[in-house]
Amino acid sequence: MKSAVVVFPGINRERDMMLALEAVTGITPLAVWHTDTELPKVDLIVVPGGFSYGDYLRCGAIAARSPIMTDVRAKAQKGLMVLGVCNGFQIITEAGLLPGALVRNAHLHFVCREVKLEVENNSTFFTSRMKKGDVVSCPVAHGEGNYICDEETLKSLEGEGRVVFRYTQGTNPNGAMNDIAGIVNKAGNVIGMMPHPENMIEPLHGKTDCRPLFESLLAA
Amino acid sequence: MKAKVKVTLKKGVLDPQGKAIEGALNHLGFGGVEHVRQGKYFEIDVAETDKAKAMSEVKAMCEKLIANTVIENYDIELA
Repeated sequence: MKSAVVVFPGINRERDMMLALEAVTGITPLAVWHTDTELPKVDLIVVPGGFSYGDYLRCGAIAARSPIMTDVRAKAQKGLMVLGVCNGFQIITEAGLLPGALVRNAHLHFVCREVKLEVENNSTFFTSRMKKGDVVSCPVAHGEGNYICDEETLKSLEGEGRVVFRYTQGTNPNGAMNDIAGIVNKAGNVIGMMPHPENMIEPLHGKTDCRPLFESLLAA
Repeated sequence: MKAKVKVTLKKGVLDPQGKAIEGALNHLGFGGVEHVRQGKYFEIDVAETDKAKAMSEVKAMCEKLIANTVIENYDIELA
């Protein structure tokens, strides 16, 4: 499992993500700078969290139009696995790889705390080591994680089992529709999620609940 | 030419910032405030002098970057 992490100005979770990928896969991920135009040969691209371009215009909007994203989009369409976490979710959604949008948290506050995630779809490359209905603890840290989409999209996400993670009842930190925390595209190779699983895999993180998510990558 | 672009949230898209502004206006005693929606405003100077061409250029900018058409509408005024 070779992976690469895309780095934009203002991204700050790329090291956590690289450490998590390395801890589980045993292979150091490559870092790809946003001005590059071609991705290295890897099995997985991760767009990490942070505040690319200071969230100017809309969170993820400017990063989504970076030179490297043309190749990310092209290779994703050919089946390359792409994982977007937090700002990465916002970026790949702005880039059109996932439907809907992430808007300001309903209560306007930045949230930085632990939530409970229920695994709704365990047939994805990031959840295959989990059981459907498993509940894991995972930290969130965002001001704009409120997932919205039109009714038709919501119906197809729900009907096709494309909601991968849902905040369990009472822990929705941002007002997201149907408590959606993470989704997958139709083809099954692009996942976006607001919580930070990379920060819950080592005993020093307090819990290791999200380690099986990364272990799922080994089977992908 | 100067393009003045207004970007607003589509009807039905939750606008928590507008709600907060609405609440603040009410606190200030503006009792007549019924509803506030907030948006963005851009002034873009373009070299193009032909109005139709400038319009289509700015429209492309809105579609590609300035607005997220999943949640936002845009309105262009050329001067």
